[in-house]
Amino acid sequence: MSTVSVRDVTVAFEAVQVFDGLSLDIQEGEFIVLLGPSGCGKSTLLNAIAGLLDVAEGQIWINGKNVTWEEPKDRGIAMVFQSYALYPRMNVRENMSFGLKMAKTPRPEIEKRVAKAAELLQITPLLDRRPDQLSGGQRQRVAIGRALVRDAAVFLFDEPLSNLDAKLRNELRVEIKRLHARLGKTTMVYVTHDQIEAMTLADRIVVMKEQKIQQIGTPDEIYHRPANLFVAGFVGSPQMNFVKGRIENTGEGLSFLSGNRRLSLSGYPFVTAPSSGQDVVLGVRPEHLEISSTGIWPGFTVDIVEPMGADTVIWCSDALGSAQVRTSGSRRPTPGESLTLHVDPSQVSLFAADSGERL
Amino acid sequence: MSAAVMPQGRRPRHLTIGRIGVYAFLATAALFFLLPLWIMVVTSLKPMEEIRLGNILALPAAMTFEAWTKAWSSACTGLECNGISVGFWNSVRILIPSVILSIIAGAINGYALSFWRVKGANVMFGVLLLGAFIPYQVFLYPLVRIFSLTGIYNSLTCIVLVHVIFGLPTMTLLFRNYYAGLPIELFKAARIDGGGFWSIFFRVILPMSTPILVVATILQVTGIWNDFIFGLTFAGRENLPMTVQLNNIVNSTQGERAYNVDMAATMLAALVPLVVYFVSGRWFVRGIAAGAVKG
Repeated sequence: MSTVSVRDVTVAFEAVQVFDGLSLDIQEGEFIVLLGPSGCGKSTLLNAIAGLLDVAEGQIWINGKNVTWEEPKDRGIAMVFQSYALYPRMNVRENMSFGLKMAKTPRPEIEKRVAKAAELLQITPLLDRRPDQLSGGQRQRVAIGRALVRDAAVFLFDEPLSNLDAKLRNELRVEIKRLHARLGKTTMVYVTHDQIEAMTLADRIVVMKEQKIQQIGTPDEIYHRPANLFVAGFVGSPQMNFVKGRIENTGEGLSFLSGNRRLSLSGYPFVTAPSSGQDVVLGVRPEHLEISSTGIWPGFTVDIVEPMGADTVIWCSDALGSAQVRTSGSRRPTPGESLTLHVDPSQVSLFAADSGERL
Repeated sequence: MSAAVMPQGRRPRHLTIGRIGVYAFLATAALFFLLPLWIMVVTSLKPMEEIRLGNILALPAAMTFEAWTKAWSSACTGLECNGISVGFWNSVRILIPSVILSIIAGAINGYALSFWRVKGANVMFGVLLLGAFIPYQVFLYPLVRIFSLTGIYNSLTCIVLVHVIFGLPTMTLLFRNYYAGLPIELFKAARIDGGGFWSIFFRVILPMSTPILVVATILQVTGIWNDFIFGLTFAGRENLPMTVQLNNIVNSTQGERAYNVDMAATMLAALVPLVVYFVSGRWFVRGIAAGAVKG
């Protein structure tokens, strides 16, 4: 049974239609990340699930109940916001117990739950401080604590780490993951534009663009088998290399052809059978390009070398275009050096040039 | 010891001719605006004999507070001679409920308009603002008719109601703009926490509104205290505010015109807004700034 089910939902802001019949099913205990660039509608979707936004058509189900017209508080959800949204005139304890007070929870119960959440998040010493006396990381911890005390079945996160610096972001990311594991059956829906957060946290990622879901899949599926050119380009850093070319049927099976380059596709798992002569785009992750003297693609010249510590990114090009190669950190070619690259046909992705869909 | 690194070139001079000119202008302007106040203060402290001599700028030779006590308690406003104190208490009675009610109404309006996004909110707000630009005089006669039909004309209720109604556009605008600057996520968080319209307003939004409440109070206190035409038209004989009483004192003198009493009465009437400015000027600036910067 799914905990959250978005069924054919349409959201409209005055005349502008944001979603046109969007559906999504989220399983119990799942960690779902909505990933996409700004303005792709991921936050709108989250707000619709939370009930902070009226849907024009369709239904939203949470925990087997149609909550399309329920108030946010009656949906069994808790939410964490990017700007923390702590009540500035209340101390941490009051912030965390506000929701319970509104729900007329008995006082001992409130104290018990606040103490438990505070301990879980290690904010017990901060309980009597006001939000303006806390650092960004502490504030976000309190915001998570405020969500925690609600004992909700579904947690909604709206870019919770975007306001934090890189180090804190990593720390809290791990903490959120740990929290999810510890809470067990709590479903989490997490909005972000940060692919690292998406890859590391998610059980399944929902990639969105222009108010449409592009692909739903595990981080592995999204990374290794992107459904279309957008997903392939959006996920992964440095970006996937794209080479334009066409499919040809030679004597020994299908091949990818670009200029004088050739790549046998006999081992490629086609989703849809291509036609011979079809225009396609070949996608190769930088780490799947190998520098090898016995490679199949000779004639690249090194442009720039970016050492990143653990690995090195080499920007190289030839007459047809440029490519990025990720190699081990110890390998440091000099600019101007010529390279031969090797491609493993089982690791590539092929997209139709016209529709951008995976072949 | 290493040589100190010095900035190169001549140090810029702080006192230039332009600067002197600016100061001279500012001083003149300050004098220009202070002069009437000076004349009022010295005149109110002089006995009539001294005033007749005509040296209006001179310090009083025989300083007396007689004019002040007379203005407060025994100057004649028409037939009665109880001074301006009657008007003072009338004004206080009008002021307190009017200020409180109009601020509450404006705050709730602004809160509803900026957070709850009621259908047609923008149209409603537009109409409300339009009201602020129509001259008051246009409303006088229709309002008099409406109030006399409903039977509350010439009463304290009537004048308070008028002040609340006419304060609504400015107060709503003030609070709406302030609330528009608060992060909307705060409101969303409160809704998820189960807050309703009133509980979010009183527990979350209102505690954050101190700066704008102070600004609103200053605006309303000075505005309502200085009002003349509404008080004259709607308050009724029993409740005439201080401004109307002041006018009566100044204009209904028989025989010799008691300039010192007039001056003292005028300053007594201006005292409340003056005190408000002195006490809360700091807050006033802070409130205006707080509207601009996200807290």
